[in-house]
Amino acid sequence: MWFYSEKVKELFKNPKNVGEIENPDAVGEVGNIICGDALRLTLRIDKKTNKILDAKFQTFGCASAIASSSALTEMIKGKTIDEAARITNKDIAEYLGGLPNEKMHCSVMGMEALEAAIANYRGAPFKKETVGEEKIVCKCFSVTDKKIIRAIKENNLRTVEEVTNFTKAGGGCGKCKPEIEKLLKEFWEKEETKKVHPKEPIKKKLTNLQRISLIQETIEREIRPQLKADGGDIELLDIEGNKVYVKFLGTCLGCPATGVTLKALVESKLKEFVDTDIRVEEVKE
Amino acid sequence: MKKVIYVDNNATTKVAPEVFEAMKPFLTDEYGNPSSMHTFGGKVAKYIEQAREAIADLLGASDPSEIIFTSGGTESDNTAIMSTLRSYPDKKHIITTKVEHSAVLNLCHYLETIGYRVTYLGVNSEGLIDINELKSAIDQDTAVISIMYANNETGVIFPIEEIAEIARIRGVVFHTDAVQAVGKIPFKLTELPVDLLSLSGHKLHAPKGIGALYVRKGTRFTPLVIGGHQEHGRRGGTENVAGIVGLGVACQLAKQAMGEERTRIKALRDKLERAILEKIPHTRINGHPQYRLPNTTNIGFEFIEGEAILLMLDEKGICASSGSACTSGSLTPSHVLKAMGVPFTFIQGSIRFSLSRYNSEEDIDYIIKNLPPIIARLREISPYGKERVS
Repeated sequence: MWFYSEKVKELFKNPKNVGEIENPDAVGEVGNIICGDALRLTLRIDKKTNKILDAKFQTFGCASAIASSSALTEMIKGKTIDEAARITNKDIAEYLGGLPNEKMHCSVMGMEALEAAIANYRGAPFKKETVGEEKIVCKCFSVTDKKIIRAIKENNLRTVEEVTNFTKAGGGCGKCKPEIEKLLKEFWEKEETKKVHPKEPIKKKLTNLQRISLIQETIEREIRPQLKADGGDIELLDIEGNKVYVKFLGTCLGCPATGVTLKALVESKLKEFVDTDIRVEEVKE
Repeated sequence: MKKVIYVDNNATTKVAPEVFEAMKPFLTDEYGNPSSMHTFGGKVAKYIEQAREAIADLLGASDPSEIIFTSGGTESDNTAIMSTLRSYPDKKHIITTKVEHSAVLNLCHYLETIGYRVTYLGVNSEGLIDINELKSAIDQDTAVISIMYANNETGVIFPIEEIAEIARIRGVVFHTDAVQAVGKIPFKLTELPVDLLSLSGHKLHAPKGIGALYVRKGTRFTPLVIGGHQEHGRRGGTENVAGIVGLGVACQLAKQAMGEERTRIKALRDKLERAILEKIPHTRINGHPQYRLPNTTNIGFEFIEGEAILLMLDEKGICASSGSACTSGSLTPSHVLKAMGVPFTFIQGSIRFSLSRYNSEEDIDYIIKNLPPIIARLREISPYGKERVS
């Protein structure tokens, strides 16, 4: 059983804007009956202002597909084409108060139908045509690489399962799963190299004295206050190359969490502010 | 409370009040362990044996010792197949069908990954296998044939007598998953050469968590659940006494209902089916019209999707189920309907109604009254079916 939000249930039971606009100014059709869901969106648009005056839908699909379609029509009415074009599947899902993960593809279908309708208004055929450069990855549901990559990008998808939830790709025979895996890997590797790494300040090699005082400063500023807040304290005992020896005091003594504190607070702060090679060791007496 | 019309009895059934009453003592005062030496525990054993007799009686088995209690249909299926494979370690081939329950199907998929060869027999548009295909699939290496007695989704009944006879002549162990059939149609295992047969309590008004496996005398057996000496060493683990007692009573009740009740349920099913086909256009029955369980009908509604139908029915308090992709979360529709080649315009909109002896004529009339507007409404929302099926 699916646990749908109240909004999904409401829009499924009493969908708004069901039907078809006669002589529409724009039509968007996505999906087909074999895939298990399909949406036909018709729009009335004011040619002067480019404002969407009316929107109607017809949907073949489950409750969330019907609710997503209805939500979409409600969201775009009164908006200009340019405003509507900025609506994403996330916006549709949010409007619905969320969708079960396995049903996210319903919101994607809404977004695609809108895009197809806008493209149609601007002169494209009303059925989304696959252009030459795209490649069908999932044969069961006719999902292209372009659609998959877009879903990965816009929804920050990391696993094949997530891609299936959002696009249905891989949800049939499952043969294309390795290919989806590859697309994910390629996409995120590319993103990684694209990332503008903040220019790291060229660190001057510290003298031993500078290094010791920087460690002391960091302990005073970043670490000790946090420990004191819990009634504990820390003492710097010695520094040997990259090894820093400390002793816990106060309530830290005998606290079973000192191991975590040592790594998650003391060592990580010293790594952050002094040197990434630093290792901290606790001295117990 | 909201009205509930429960017509999803192939999924699970209501525990019969008589069953519940019979179980109660074993969940309260009579909590002894039947294996104990003291009278307090030991006396419980006789109720287990009575239940065993009731099951053997419903199945028409020659001896109660042929019944082993399990935790349910899945364990029975797993035990039957694994036991046979372990008893014939040199044979590495299994024959089954494409329309089995996942308890058999997924086990077979797993067995393929550890070196077994599996033949999955296809079915025709009425859901029946080709006997000649079965015959030619059997070879020297075949350890077990596992074919369901009746399909859970469509209710289609397989020609088990014929299949069992072929297996017997060829000397191959035959298992049938009869989870959907036991309690719904009569059995006489003394005349049906089945070696192993699975049944599940909660499909025949006993609780969940209890089932049984019939093992014909003379069938090689290696236990799946290894533990204590219970069930004569064939299934370890302290007996689910209350469940076993409940299953025994459920089998007695099922036997009593096998006559007139069965006819009444079939008449209700037929009435529902006829009315739907008559009142709603673009509708079809999935499965063989005659070789079917008396309580089941699987109806395809063209141009609409099953989950939406189920939720609309749910609003009216009607509990049914669907083989549509959206209901399972798997994105692909039922493997049974796909194997039958149900047309793509129907497959997503296929709904199963499965009745029990607790359904009344009023229930059926209520469905007949409420279903047509739901279908009409969803077809209004659908872009298909208006001279524009693309």
